[in-house]
Amino acid sequence: MTRLAVPKTYKLYIGGKFPRSESGRVYEIRSHGGDFLANAAEASRKDARDAVVAARSALGGWAGATAYNRGQVLYRIAELLEGRRVQFIDEIVQTEGVTPSAASAQVDEAIDRWVWYAGWADKYMQVAGNANPVSGPYFNISVPEPTGVVAIIAPQSGGSLLGLVSAVAPALVSGNTVVVVANETMPLSAVSLGEVLATSDVPGGVVNILTGSPAEMAPWLASHADVNAIDLVGAGDLDWVHLQIDAAETLTRVLQPENGPDAASPSLARIVAFTETKTIWHTKGLI
Amino acid sequence: MTSSQSAMAQLNNGDRAVALLGGEATDANLRRYLHGIPGIDAVGLEQRAADLGSRSVKTSSKKWALDKIISLIDLTTLEGADTPGKVRSLVGKALTPDPGDPTCPRVAAVCVYGDLVPIAVEALGSAHAAGTATGISVAAVATAFPSGRASLAVKLADVGDAVTGGADEIDMVIDRGAFLSGRFGQVYDEIVAVKEACKRADGSHAHLKVILETGELNTYDNVRRASWLAILAGGDFIKTSTGKIAPAATLPVTLSMLEVVRDWKRLTGARVGVKPAGGIRTSKDAIKYVVSVAETVGEEWLTPSLFRFGASSLLNDVLMQRQKMTTGHYSGPDYVTID
Repeated sequence: MTRLAVPKTYKLYIGGKFPRSESGRVYEIRSHGGDFLANAAEASRKDARDAVVAARSALGGWAGATAYNRGQVLYRIAELLEGRRVQFIDEIVQTEGVTPSAASAQVDEAIDRWVWYAGWADKYMQVAGNANPVSGPYFNISVPEPTGVVAIIAPQSGGSLLGLVSAVAPALVSGNTVVVVANETMPLSAVSLGEVLATSDVPGGVVNILTGSPAEMAPWLASHADVNAIDLVGAGDLDWVHLQIDAAETLTRVLQPENGPDAASPSLARIVAFTETKTIWHTKGLI
Repeated sequence: MTSSQSAMAQLNNGDRAVALLGGEATDANLRRYLHGIPGIDAVGLEQRAADLGSRSVKTSSKKWALDKIISLIDLTTLEGADTPGKVRSLVGKALTPDPGDPTCPRVAAVCVYGDLVPIAVEALGSAHAAGTATGISVAAVATAFPSGRASLAVKLADVGDAVTGGADEIDMVIDRGAFLSGRFGQVYDEIVAVKEACKRADGSHAHLKVILETGELNTYDNVRRASWLAILAGGDFIKTSTGKIAPAATLPVTLSMLEVVRDWKRLTGARVGVKPAGGIRTSKDAIKYVVSVAETVGEEWLTPSLFRFGASSLLNDVLMQRQKMTTGHYSGPDYVTID
């Protein structure tokens, strides 16, 4: 007797929970060869709104955690990814149509990138901050602080897991919370990453993953007054000039699209892009 | 108005209660009357409330509802840490809820502790309603709010203070201990005495809202009985909660109170107000209440003299929704005040 397969429902990841889309919509995910793989939730603008609310309420705890603690939490994600390698490789092979060894290489690189960014959590401040020279008996110190809620349009081409990790990890390092719109046609590894996050030490709401159409959600996220920064790294095919204009209306920080194999390559600049510099002075002493 | 209604309408409050109870408002008569009221089908009530909460209110209807909700809000601050400065900024917010949009309506009233009433009255200045239909009223919680555990003399002095200070509305709490142990006469007499204390020197009287504190009454039947008791004793408004006890206002509880108010109007022709308070924080929730009012007692109740929301954080959420409708993009807490 042949066994009946139990297909998985791929849902959204918002506020530490896995809801279906508020709209009730789903769309078909097909393998590289065109075979039906799964139905994924097609998020609406209201799901995006809910995700922003979740990200906002998680911000205080995540930004308030010590840098050392954030580094540990991010490193733990890499540990869990390692344990789920087989699942990720399988999903990448199915959706991207690459060889298992190429998929394995992508997962390796994604895990290494988490670790690389996790290491920066308690170090980037030393590099991006400064004790400014002043001609007086006081200190003048510049420190980077997280920008707040960061919306991300994940890369829509290239490796589906690596692209997502490359965009999400740097924003998390400094203490931002994230709403990310995953790769539209290959969202399976994004939802599985959500499952990894849900079982890791990352507080609910710090990362919120939406699957569906970036063209539909990006304008709402760009114009949302409660989004502090938007990373358009994967928005190259959208009308991103207009997205930038919308974002400017509410003083939202913008990172422009990147294309090609080096898109969102690991750099300190991606971490610092989502920080605001606070400069303060302090007396040297009362001698 | 039917003939029995007009007969009822001619009676003053005390005589009306005597006529309905078939005798003086003693424990025995009240118990006979209140326990004679049909019980509530809890499952049916909750189902009905859930059904009313599922209505879709969009675009122009939603815009109307949001403005209506603002005009029905009793903007409230009831913290031990309240200061004159906080009350002044609350009044500022009541006068101009959204400084970026002059078309935004004002709230119905500000609700503060009794000792801060003069501050609120002074801050309102010419915008103070002071008995008129326009302007913003000042509501004061009194009678040893929120527990109500004090002697009658202390409670009445509390009320007198607030009324002398210029309060237009008094929010009293009932003695839940007495109610739950069946001493209905005591609760009734207290409400009557507080109502008397609401009288001003010129013969007018401050509106009396009776807080039932439904979170402590345990059953819907008790809520219904307490509602009847408060209305029989002469309350102008029945209010769900102090906001200090969880659960505070819920839709089924408010619905059951609205039904009492509807029945009272059928019986006597008189209109009594309802004020859900505490726990209503989002526009979505508030719209459910607006729908319930319109469907239960009718749209005529959607006026500040007959329906209020007791809330503090609700206003900000309504303002954000309002901004979303005006600008076309989602707003955020950076664009409303921090209270």
